[in-house]
Amino acid sequence: MTIARKALVWGLFAAGGTLTSFVFPSLIALFLLIASGNTPVGLEYGQIHAFAASWMGKASLFGVIFLALWHAAHRLRVAAHDLGLRVDGLVASVLYLVAALGSALAVYYLVLI
Amino acid sequence: MSRRPYVRPMSRTTWYMRNGRFKVYMLRELTSLLVGFYAFLVLFGLVALSAGSEAQWNDFLASQQGPEMIALHGFALLYFLFYQTFAWFNLAPKAMPVQLGEKKLPAHFIVIAHYVAWAVVSAFIFWLAGAI
Repeated sequence: MTIARKALVWGLFAAGGTLTSFVFPSLIALFLLIASGNTPVGLEYGQIHAFAASWMGKASLFGVIFLALWHAAHRLRVAAHDLGLRVDGLVASVLYLVAALGSALAVYYLVLI
Repeated sequence: MSRRPYVRPMSRTTWYMRNGRFKVYMLRELTSLLVGFYAFLVLFGLVALSAGSEAQWNDFLASQQGPEMIALHGFALLYFLFYQTFAWFNLAPKAMPVQLGEKKLPAHFIVIAHYVAWAVVSAFIFWLAGAI
């Protein structure tokens, strides 16, 4: 891998790790509120739709999904090696493809909103 | 070099079980599954939201309710906090040391700054969601 590509892969991994470390506890807590039937008002249809329809909302939702998927793909690639699955080319291709597909779907559905 | 170098026998699939630090490393690595899972859960929410109907969104919310979801998210929240968020913050001074001239910023400043920023970010998200 060239140094430039390595910097890109690692940079996105680090950005995803930092973002998810800061944001995911609150995100999971919101799902916990929904699960217990205490859906906060901001997640009721009108408000969440308005948020996802705004440019700031679209950008932040895409940023979270894209960076989280990339971060997960990169770490699962390393975890696969650690767990004895030593076919890095295939593992990397599959994981990065899933991350890219998820990100593309996020763009598609965000544009629809 | 010897013709038959000694290779210490080592399992490829369970090597981390031999050492406590390696076990913690693998427990931390598993949080990547949670990162992927919640990214896709948010994506499923977007799919429901993009239908443009309140009923569809309410169906999504209803599908996320129940004791098994409470258990899942409760466990995920604790696991993620300890093995990703706090682990990430505590490792930050090693990953991103801050150089001030000849000296380095003390590690605990960087760690504390992360916890403070995290509290602010979390409060902002809860405010945005109307939870506080």
